[in-house]
Amino acid sequence: MTGFPRARTAVVGASTFGLGECPGWSSMEMTAQAAYLALDDAGITLDQVDGLFTALPDDFLGGLALAEYLGIQPKVNDNNRTGGSSFLCHAIHAALALDAGLIDVALITYGSNQRTASGGLVSALRSSVYETPHRPMMPVGGYALAANRHMHDFGTTREDLAHVALAARAWANKNPEAFRQGDMTLDDVLSARMISSPLTARDCCLVTDGAAAIVMTRADRAANTRAPIPLLGGAQTVTHKEIAAMPDLTVTGAAITGPQAMQAAGITPDDVDCVQLSDAFTINTMLFLEDLGFCPTGAGGRFVASGASAPGGTLPVNTNGGGLSCCHPGMYGLFTMVEAVRQLRNEAGARQLDSPEIAVSHGNGGVLSSQATLIFGSPSTA
Amino acid sequence: MTDTGTEAQFLAYLSEGRFMLQRDPISGRAVFPPRLRMPGTGTPLGDWVEMSGRGTVHAVTIQQKRDAAARAIVLVDLDEGGRMLSQMTGVEADAVAIGDAVQARVVADAEIPHVVFEPAKGAA
Repeated sequence: MTGFPRARTAVVGASTFGLGECPGWSSMEMTAQAAYLALDDAGITLDQVDGLFTALPDDFLGGLALAEYLGIQPKVNDNNRTGGSSFLCHAIHAALALDAGLIDVALITYGSNQRTASGGLVSALRSSVYETPHRPMMPVGGYALAANRHMHDFGTTREDLAHVALAARAWANKNPEAFRQGDMTLDDVLSARMISSPLTARDCCLVTDGAAAIVMTRADRAANTRAPIPLLGGAQTVTHKEIAAMPDLTVTGAAITGPQAMQAAGITPDDVDCVQLSDAFTINTMLFLEDLGFCPTGAGGRFVASGASAPGGTLPVNTNGGGLSCCHPGMYGLFTMVEAVRQLRNEAGARQLDSPEIAVSHGNGGVLSSQATLIFGSPSTA
Repeated sequence: MTDTGTEAQFLAYLSEGRFMLQRDPISGRAVFPPRLRMPGTGTPLGDWVEMSGRGTVHAVTIQQKRDAAARAIVLVDLDEGGRMLSQMTGVEADAVAIGDAVQARVVADAEIPHVVFEPAKGAA
């Protein structure tokens, strides 16, 4: 056994649709439209899709509903739900199924109209009898507890957290698709309404509509498409569901998946040109940068406060503006994948980096519960 | 006590005002939440024992819903073992900090019986 099938599969199509507000569209329609756009981008027709991967916001059997909507009968229908990391897990499973010859074309797609349909956060989180009587605001409370502990253990400050939001906004200002744009100051973040200390409203992600999709094939077939992006490595894990059961509030499962995915890809953190990660809350960016190996444990605050992750910095993070300023339709993982692909294809417009060759995509589900990491390369790295 | 799952058993004890947890016979540490077997190893768990209720605040976040008082939501490490999510009572929310010594109080008469915490007596 050789482990992860390095560069034996590739992303050949990628799309986003309806970021921000998408009134008049159901979540299913947004999901399907993103899928059609990604297939068009790949130059592959719908009838060739035989692996269908999704996690829809409002339907327990959404995988079945999507197959029906598209009118296809896939050989593999994966409705795995690990929260925002679902789609990165889908990509890992798709790579294995493609490499084994079980399927030939994998479609991973997702859409949510949570902003215009309900105006509120769609949460499918169910709490246990141990958590429910205390009526904590979740998931924000879980991330706030981790932030509180990080500040206590490492001297991280609210200003450090705020710099994550400022970097995200600076990137968003270069992305016409980003929902929130405009100047934002340190004081704007610090003086915003406190939601769950130490996190203010500006430490929390947007609540938007949005859809995205990815098409994957085996490398041989990918070579005939216009801009294939090889998948070099992937890894996933789960450490807990509710925050009280997290083994260490300041170390996430990314400390497992990051090294594992990078080893599969044959790279080290020094080789990485950009990181696209789930920044539902500002503390996430710090924790994941530490755990993925881009700075020492506890140093995430100083790292982001130095401007390293912002435009012009040494390690561009969330170049689309992230969940904090671009979009957050409830589950963010697929957007990290699309932005990684766009950067590696040199199709990112005003925010395009200088010919990046390695991009990390990192997804998070629950309350720092599920982590999944993908490593994408440029055609020259395959 | 009738034969039930450990979740129902834990809640039944709480409804009698008793804070009981199982112990891992190997480490001697209490296990929370209650389980059928030891998490991670699947080895048998020991009998239920009454907790002292003493613990230490591991992390805290203050939350305030509209028209309600601010509340300190805490993670508490129990002296005997186990980490619980709970809330503080008998103290201003913003006076709660990591490392505070706390004492459990059972709220038996609730839709779901549960454990809240208050500052330990004699703690500064």
